[in-house]
Amino acid sequence: MNIHEYQARQLLSQFGVAFPPGDVCDKAETARAIATKLFAEGAKMVVVKSQVHSGGRGKGTFKNGFKGGVKLCKTADEVFEMASAMLGNVLVTKQTGAEGRLVSKLLVAHAPDIQKELYLAVLLDRANSRPLIMVSTEGGMDIEEVAEKTPEKIVKEYIDPAVGLYAYQARKLATGLGLTGDLIRQAAKLISGIFKTWWECDASLVEINPLCICKDNSGKPVLYAVDAKIGFDDNALYRHANIQAMRDLGEEAPLEIEASKFSLNYIKLDGNIACLVNGAGLAMATMDIIQHFGGMPANFLDVGGGASKEQVTAAFKIILQDPNVKGILVNIFGGIMDCNVIATGIVAAVKETGLKLPLVVRLEGNNVQAGKKTLSESGLELITGDTMADAAKKVVGAVKAAR
Amino acid sequence: MAILITPQTKVLVQGITGSFGARHAQLSLAYGTQIVAGVTPGKGGQSFENKVPIFDTVSQAVKQTGATASAIFVPPPFAADAILEGIDAGLDLVVCITEGIPVRDMVKVKRAMEGKKTRLIGPNCPGVVTPGEGKDSHGGCRIGISPGYIHKKGNIGVVSRSGTLTYEAVWQLTCRGVGQSTCVGIGGDPVNGTSHLDVIKMFNDDPETHGIIMIGEIGGSAEEEAADWIRQHCKKPVAGFIAGTTAPPGRRMGHAGAIVSGGKGTAAAKIAAFKEAGIGIAVTPSEMADTLLKMM
Repeated sequence: MNIHEYQARQLLSQFGVAFPPGDVCDKAETARAIATKLFAEGAKMVVVKSQVHSGGRGKGTFKNGFKGGVKLCKTADEVFEMASAMLGNVLVTKQTGAEGRLVSKLLVAHAPDIQKELYLAVLLDRANSRPLIMVSTEGGMDIEEVAEKTPEKIVKEYIDPAVGLYAYQARKLATGLGLTGDLIRQAAKLISGIFKTWWECDASLVEINPLCICKDNSGKPVLYAVDAKIGFDDNALYRHANIQAMRDLGEEAPLEIEASKFSLNYIKLDGNIACLVNGAGLAMATMDIIQHFGGMPANFLDVGGGASKEQVTAAFKIILQDPNVKGILVNIFGGIMDCNVIATGIVAAVKETGLKLPLVVRLEGNNVQAGKKTLSESGLELITGDTMADAAKKVVGAVKAAR
Repeated sequence: MAILITPQTKVLVQGITGSFGARHAQLSLAYGTQIVAGVTPGKGGQSFENKVPIFDTVSQAVKQTGATASAIFVPPPFAADAILEGIDAGLDLVVCITEGIPVRDMVKVKRAMEGKKTRLIGPNCPGVVTPGEGKDSHGGCRIGISPGYIHKKGNIGVVSRSGTLTYEAVWQLTCRGVGQSTCVGIGGDPVNGTSHLDVIKMFNDDPETHGIIMIGEIGGSAEEEAADWIRQHCKKPVAGFIAGTTAPPGRRMGHAGAIVSGGKGTAAAKIAAFKEAGIGIAVTPSEMADTLLKMM
């Protein structure tokens, strides 16, 4: 699960991480009021930031033609003007896809005088099964590009989960960023707070990009987290009611929300051949084999190991709500579950949904002969495949023929 | 010899009275596996199916029955504790089937396991099967949730992160009359007890294993590490398949560990590593068995 920048600021602030002052709002009038207060406190510039789950907001374009989801302003009136242009409009970035995301909240914050931009992230290092804190002097850049081109500019510290982060590790990271004097102390405090957030909130990623050396209103150097992104481990959400409450369904695909109600794991893709599979590995492999034979998968859908008739029916209904779908491939390896039960579920689902599209079914495993018999005696116009390859070829062929 | 488990291995089941654990304990018993004990705190003294004694703790079960391996069917919030209890009791092998354990719990478990003799398989895995001599491989050792009857005793080792893809590979082999030494599902989580490489090394040392099918998927770099070792050390033919070529970056494909993030863990990179290591590539999942058999 991901959260908005303003929510990440709230969470990280609780762990002592310093941000430029600011607040969230959903009305242009409130944006003006926040800005007025910030200017009164001595801010020379104020930034207005669209709150959507996407990177590249600043370079995005609104569907109404307004350019830029992040704007720097010199006056409260200007903030009001920008906020009015952004709120209630759909922002398209390189990460959102063409459909874009509706902007219903804005973060209005002091835009400090930035001396230098740095990068900091906490994540799981899978190879070592340990948390990893990663910093770089190349803030504000795409970190993947930095890792590729100048890996020496990334400094890493692995954290021993038995003892947690030592203060000296935070200081090593700070000096690795080239910081000196009081900024080392500030960075150590900030790094400690960011690591605590990662650990105690069961985050999968906390990323501060950029982390900035700024001048405060009195001209003293100060370290601020200027942008923050947090992703969470879905498996651990059950023990964090406060984080679950931050979920924004508006940021999730409606069909994926619908699928999750039936414990179905569904991810919408861009192709036109839907698939319904048991098991995540087999579901991925089914998508791959569709593409291998010249088709394009419309989705990933894992109905799980013990799919019931109700789940199979729900899965069909979800698949059919995607207007791009022109054919369906059902691929079930019934290891323990009875293939005949699944076949009965498929027949019921096809009848209930009045399916008109080509449907290819590949059943294998426990009681498969009875399952195939149920399918063939159903009177439905479905195609059976003997192997995954056979089934994939048939569904690709059927979709091409129907066009 | 097979690896990890043999038909003689004495197995206990943690969470034997839950519906999931009970169902699969029953199936393992029916397969001929030596299920010698169950563990459910508070239900010590009772028995499962009138034949398997239930204990309150793993250490009691080990002392009284001599069990050396465990299957864990405990719900996610309690699963890390169940694994640690198995390690504390000195088990040789703990197989954790549970899906949905928080990553932080597994990070702590891995740290606590350092220097301990126990091997953990999983979590979020189908388990381990060493097929037996009987009809439909009856008489083997089945720890976990794999369908027993799809196996056949023989000389191919199978290792995979995914359950259903393991079944697919095993079934392809069995349908061609080719049996398996041991089949290991290492699980789809980002932090797991045993890697592809750990299992490949065991297969390489096992005289009964003559060839290996290795199934991987997007996410992490465990497949690349295994491939690099195979290139330098493996004496046996290996065929491989990687799932997730069509998976979009940044999205978790069902398994918690199946995600391409930061440009890392792509199917293309893994397939390239396999090719470089001389691993036979199954271009589609339908060809896993045939790819290996052609190499043997």
